[in-house]
Amino acid sequence: MDLCRLTIHEAAQLLRRREISSLELTQAFLDRIRKVDDKVRAFVTLSDALALQQAKEADRTIRLGDGTPLTGIPAVIKDNICTKGIRTTCSSKMLENFTPPYDATVVVKLNACGMVMMGKGNMDEFAMGSSTEHSAFFPSHNPWDLSRVPGGSSGGSTVSVAADEAVYALGSDTGGSIRQPAGFCSVVGLKPTYGRVSRYGLVAFASSLDQIGPLTKDVTDCALVMNAISGHDPRDSTSLPDPPPDYTRSLIPDLRGLRLGVPQEYFVEGMQKGVAEAIRSATVKLAELGAEIDWGVSLPSTRYGLAAYYIIAPSEASANLARYDGVKYGFSAQVAENMWDAMEKTKQHGFGPEVKRRIMLGTYALSAGYYDAYYLKAQKVRTLIRREFDQAFEKFDALVTPISPTVPFKIGEKVDDPLQMYLSDVCTLPINIAGVPALSVPAGFVDGLPVGMQIIGKPLGEETLLRVAFAYEQATDWHKRKPEL
Amino acid sequence: MKLSREEVKRLALLARLGLDEDEVERLREQLSNILENFEILQQVDTTDVPPTAHSIALENVLREDEAGPSLPADQVLANAPNREEGFFKVRAVLE
Repeated sequence: MDLCRLTIHEAAQLLRRREISSLELTQAFLDRIRKVDDKVRAFVTLSDALALQQAKEADRTIRLGDGTPLTGIPAVIKDNICTKGIRTTCSSKMLENFTPPYDATVVVKLNACGMVMMGKGNMDEFAMGSSTEHSAFFPSHNPWDLSRVPGGSSGGSTVSVAADEAVYALGSDTGGSIRQPAGFCSVVGLKPTYGRVSRYGLVAFASSLDQIGPLTKDVTDCALVMNAISGHDPRDSTSLPDPPPDYTRSLIPDLRGLRLGVPQEYFVEGMQKGVAEAIRSATVKLAELGAEIDWGVSLPSTRYGLAAYYIIAPSEASANLARYDGVKYGFSAQVAENMWDAMEKTKQHGFGPEVKRRIMLGTYALSAGYYDAYYLKAQKVRTLIRREFDQAFEKFDALVTPISPTVPFKIGEKVDDPLQMYLSDVCTLPINIAGVPALSVPAGFVDGLPVGMQIIGKPLGEETLLRVAFAYEQATDWHKRKPEL
Repeated sequence: MKLSREEVKRLALLARLGLDEDEVERLREQLSNILENFEILQQVDTTDVPPTAHSIALENVLREDEAGPSLPADQVLANAPNREEGFFKVRAVLE
C-alpha cells in the first residue's frame, strides 16, 4: 500500500483501526517529499520537526479513542496563512524572515482537529498571480508536466496534494487562486462563500475578495476539511454568523431534481477546443446523473469581470500593502537618507515586479481624477455582475463552467505579459466579485494535461456544489489518475 | 489611456514605492496597455446602479467593548527590524 496516495477518509479509517500510525504516515510523506520535491518545489518551508511532534501527539489522541477525521493527517498550509513560530513569507522577500506571533483561525481550528503540518506552500508573491512564477524564491512545477506551471497563486499547496506530498492543503482564493491551480493539477479545490471561513491571520491581499479554502484529493475530503474550518469567528467582522452544516451529508451520488445552468459567456474567445469539449461532455454526464441542464444561459456582464476585478483587487491591494513600511516587521532598507527614502527603498527592494504593478494600478484607480472613472465604475459593474448571479440562481441550483480557458501553460510563456496572465483567470474572477462559492473538480485531460470543471453556487450553497461534484466524481475516474514522478 | 513617465513617477510617489528608470519605463508601457484594455468598462451603462463594496454585506457588526488578552510586547516586537527599550524604533519624522 502506498500511504502517500491515501485520501483523508481512507487514512482516517486506517488510523482508527490502528493499521497504521500517524508517525508512520508522516514519515512516509517526509520520504516522499525528499524524493519528489526537488522536481515540483511545492514547499517554501518544511516543518518536519513540528510534523513529527504533531504525529506523535495524534497517535496518543487516537490511542485514547478520541480525535476527528483529520487527526494525524499530514497537511500543507499556504504561506500567506499565519502559523505561530513557523515563518510565513507570502513567497516575498518582504516577509522572508517573518515569523508570526499567532496562528490564523483556520490553523487554530485544524490544530484542534489534530493536523500534522508538513510545511508552507509556495505561492505567487502576496497571492498575486496565476502560475506561481511570481514567487520571489522559485517557481513550482506542474506534476503532470514539469515544464508547465501548476497554476496559482496557491501553486505550492496544490502541487503538494497532486504530487502526494500531503493528503490535503489550504489555499486562498482572491480571483481563482484555489480553483485554477486545482484545475491545472487535477485535484479538488473549493472557494467558499465570502465570509464562510475566517480570514483572521490570512495576510490581506484584497480584503473584499479573499477567502481561504481546501485543496483535496477528492470531494469527500473537501467536505471533511470544510467541516473543520468553516464557521463564524468574532476576530473577523466579515465572517458570517450562520452556523455551518455537516458538509459530508451533501455527498449524495444522485442529481435528480437539481437544475444546472451552463453560461455561454464562460466559453470565451480563444478557449482551447479540447477544454470546451471536455466541459461539454462533463455537463452531459451531469445530465445522465439526473440533473436538468440548460445549456443556453447568458450572463452578459461576465465580459466586464476581468476589467472590474483588475481595478478592484489592485485598489484594495495598494491600500493593504501600504503597511510594509519597514518599521513593524518585514524587510527594511537600512541605508537611506531619511524616513521617506527608507520607505521607498524598502518597497522597491522588498516587492517583486507583479506586486509593484498591482500597487501602481491600484494607486492609479484610487487617485484623484480617476477614482470615479475606474474604481467607482468597477464597483458599479460589480453590482451588475452580482445581480446577474442572483437572477440566475432564481432559476438554477448551480452553474457549470470551465475553470480556465486553457490547460496548464509553459513556465515562462506568460510571465512577461501581464494581460495574458490575467486572462487565465477569466472564468474564476467573476465568482469572487459576486462573493459566491465555487468548486473545481477534475473533468478530464487534453493531451495528458488536466482540465477542471467549475461549479458555482448561490451564497452559502456549498452543499449543492459538493453534491454535484461528488456525483460527478463517483461516475468518473479522473480523480484516480496520478501523475508519474 | 497612455501614461507619461511623469505620471508613473507621481503614482510611485503616492504609493511611496521606489522605482529605477527601467522600472518606470516598463510600468509606463504595461500600465498603459492594461488601462487601455479596461476602457471596456466605460461601455457599461451604470446609471442608477449603486456600487458594491462587499458582495455579501453584513451591516453593523457590533460587539461588547471588553478588553481581551493581547500579545506580550516582546512577541509583538520580535519581528521589528529596529527596536529599542520595548518600542519600535523609527527614523526622524520631523527634520
